[in-house]
This record gives sequence, structure tokens and C-alpha cells, in this order.
Amino acid sequence: MKLYLKYFAINLKSQMQYKATFLLNIFARIVLAFATVAGVWFMFLRFNEVEGFTLPQVLLCTAVTTMSFALSETFARGFDIFPRLLGNGQFDRILVRPRGVIFQVLASQMEFARLGILVQAVFVFCYAIPNSGVHWTWDKVLTLVLMVACGAAVFFSLFIVYAAFAFFTTEGLEFMNILTHGGREFGRYPYAIYGNGVLRFLTFVVPLALFQYYPLLYLLEKERSVLYMFTPLIALLFLLPAYGFFRLGLRRFKSTGS
Amino acid sequence: MIVLENINKTFRVAKRQAGFGRAVKALFSREYELVHALSDVNFKIHDGEMVGYIGPNGAGKSTTIKIMCGILTPDSGSCEVDGRVPWKERVAHVREIGVVFGQRSQLWWDVPVIDSFELIRDIYKVDQKRYKNNLDELTELLDLGEIVKTPARSLSLGQRMRCEIAASLLHSPRTLFLDEPTIGLDAVSKIAVRQFIRKQNAEHGTTVILTTHDMQDIEALTERILLIGKGQILLDGSLDELKRRGGEQKIEEIVAALYKEYQI
Repeated sequence: MKLYLKYFAINLKSQMQYKATFLLNIFARIVLAFATVAGVWFMFLRFNEVEGFTLPQVLLCTAVTTMSFALSETFARGFDIFPRLLGNGQFDRILVRPRGVIFQVLASQMEFARLGILVQAVFVFCYAIPNSGVHWTWDKVLTLVLMVACGAAVFFSLFIVYAAFAFFTTEGLEFMNILTHGGREFGRYPYAIYGNGVLRFLTFVVPLALFQYYPLLYLLEKERSVLYMFTPLIALLFLLPAYGFFRLGLRRFKSTGS
Repeated sequence: MIVLENINKTFRVAKRQAGFGRAVKALFSREYELVHALSDVNFKIHDGEMVGYIGPNGAGKSTTIKIMCGILTPDSGSCEVDGRVPWKERVAHVREIGVVFGQRSQLWWDVPVIDSFELIRDIYKVDQKRYKNNLDELTELLDLGEIVKTPARSLSLGQRMRCEIAASLLHSPRTLFLDEPTIGLDAVSKIAVRQFIRKQNAEHGTTVILTTHDMQDIEALTERILLIGKGQILLDGSLDELKRRGGEQKIEEIVAALYKEYQI
């Protein structure tokens, strides 16, 4: 952990070298992020509710998804650019250093400009939390925290899967973006509005709905069972296959070298 | 001590052919070609030796180095470095080796070199006293005084290479792998780097394995030469012996003649 902070410092220092770029980047991210919110808002100018959710309730969803995604994009950036690490030989360097491989990939890159999105998410929360009609008790607060934290972990797992694919092929990796960036885009609304098929896929295969849709039902008291409160924790299980897949890719890399 | 016995390594390389039709075909069925990167490689390197590992491009030098560093696993055969199998005990193994890839940097590009050094110190858990001793010594011998305060991206190639070498020695490794450490350097920097490597070997007994295409590196540094071609060790002998064989010829010509002789 201490070493992670050292990496953190050196990454921050590196990015501060280009202050103008850094600030512009943050600014651009904030603007972009507000465009996302505007999209939701325009939708609600025409319809009063979507599948029984009001605007502030949907925005609560938007903020949860955006914030989880921003967190994982900031801190798991090393996996996001993993094909590049493989291509330019930086990964070889990681292998000749006496620390865990996953740790080093994680620590090698952090993209602080992405935190601009976080700012936006906080704003949206400020609007959505009081207006969503949720009766905020301690268990609801905990649920919300779980949603964001576990959401970040699910996106993080997706980035690991993406990186693991890079061990096998350098082409066609974009299809993973449907799940990562697509997951964020679709996650502006509760995942259930896309129909049962999609919801089932996002529950059992790629557990995006587990940190977003189901706990949202708990927040809105549409479901009262505590099981719905803890579904985000179940989503954490997704880390295991992601990790296993990465190990498998690493084994292959060590035997083929490419 | 490094021992390689009967190391074999084969790569499967996808055949690519020109033309659109063929490219479409390749989407469905690919033809693979087996490339024998290493066949039956054997050698032993004792502690404190300096060995020049030479051979033409694509002969298998990097593959061997990668196996000794624990980056690659061979198909068959055994490899032990100080009693450890590199790819099985990666973490324990890499703690004892230093690696310089001449063409790639290990420094963090945008921060002063000293920041990189400190992070490397923490990665290797070098204790403060040893770190200070090593750093002082390296700074003096490689003349790094002012350089370490500069970000790596603004260094000249020669300055950067000196920093790269220092970065690989901060944790006092027993074995140092140098992959083309003098590539692209000017005469002065080359000489400085060579002198330093010689000194490091003499004073600390560091085992040095050097791959290079620069025969002057070989002449200045190593007593023993390993020649590899088409994945096989073709020659393992002393530099003096080689020189005697060549008579009046320069070392470069001798090696070129060897490449021709073995048709590699």
C-alpha cells in the first residue's frame, strides 16, 4: 500500500508536468459528462417518467454508474492501455521487477484527468439525492456506497478482462468497449429498461445490473428484501474469473512471448 | 552461476501473405510456421564472469536473455540462475538480477531521474543505507551529479543510458544483463559506459552478460564469447583464442568471417 502511494505520487507528478493539458483535460471531461446528463434531461422533457422512474431517480442511476466508471478508469488505467504496455515492451520490464504483476500494471498508470467526471457525478448526486424521493436511512446510505464501490470493482474487472484478451490477440479488442464504455452509456438509465434479455445478461454474465438496478429497487423501496441491498457485493465475484483469465493470458504470454 | 541445459524454444508464427483474398482467407484459417528460436542450447556461466553473447539479428539472443530473466518459459530443458528456476521463482529471482534493455527505458519519463531511482529503491526494498552507498558510488563513477535532477525525457541518449545502468544496479544485483547498452552512443559515452561496467565487475564481482553488435564492446569487456546462430550455440570460447585464429584480422572481420563460415 505504501508502495502504491509512491507510484501514485510519481504518476501525479508526471501529469502535473503538463499543467495546461491536465486542466484542459479535466475541463473537457466535465463538459462531456454534463452532455450525458443533458441527454437524460432532454428525454424527460418529453416523458415524465421512464419505466416508472422519475428524472431524479434516473439521475441517481446515472451518477452511480458514472462515478464507478470514473473511479475505475482513473485507477485501472494501466489495464485500459495494456495492449500498449505489451507492444512497447514495458510489460517485460514489469516481469523483471520483484513485485506482483497485477499490482504493477495497476500502479503503472493513473489518469487523474478522468476525475473531472467525478466532479460531475458529485453535482448530479447533489441534485438527485434530495429529489429522488428516497427516504434516506443508514441502510440506504450504505447501499449507495456499496453501489459506487462495487460498481468501480465491476468496471475494473472488465478492464482486466480487456487486458487479458490483449495477450491473445491485438486485433478486434474494441468489442470489449461495448461492455466498458457501453456499460457506462447504457448505465445512465436503470438497466432494466432495455428489456429482460439484456437485464438477464447484465445480471448473470456481466454483472453490471447487480450494482445498479437491483440496489436501486431497494433504495426506492420497490423491493424490501435486504438481499437487494447486498447484490453489489455479489457482483464482486466477477473479479475472480477476470483474474483467472488474466493469469491464463499471462501463462500464454510467457510461453509465446507475444 | 548460470546453467542452461538442452534449452529448446519454438515459436508459432502466423504466415501472412500479400493480397486481399489471402487476407480474408487468413481470417478463417491461418497457416502457422514453426520457428525454432533455440535448439538445444547449453552453457554455464560462473560467478564474476563477463560474457559477450553475440550473433546476427534473429539468432535467438533476446530469447535466451528473456528465458534467463524469467520473462519466457522454454519448451524443454532446464535453466538455473543461482540455483533458481527463473520462471518458477520469478520474484525471488529478479531481485538478484539487473536488466538493461538498450532500446527501452525503465525510467519514468516526465519526472527527475532521482524520483525514478527512489521508486526503484522502494520496489526492490533496498534499505536506506545500502541505497545511499550505491547511489553515491554510481553518481560518482557515472558522473550523474546534475543529471539526476533532470527529467528523463530531456536527457541525451548517453546521459540516459548512464542513468539506465545506474537504475539497474541500485539493488546490488549479482547478475547484470546488458542488451545492447552502447547502441547509438557517441564515442565518449561508449568509453565511459565500458569503463564503468569493467569496474563494476572487478569491484563487486557482478556477473555480466552482454549482447551487442559492437565488437569494440566485446573487445573492451569480455574474455569469453558465446556465438549463437539459428538458435544454436556455435562457439563458446575465449576472445584471445578467437583472435589467434583470425591472425592479423580485426575482431569485426573475424566475427563476420565466422557468420559466413556457419552460414548464419
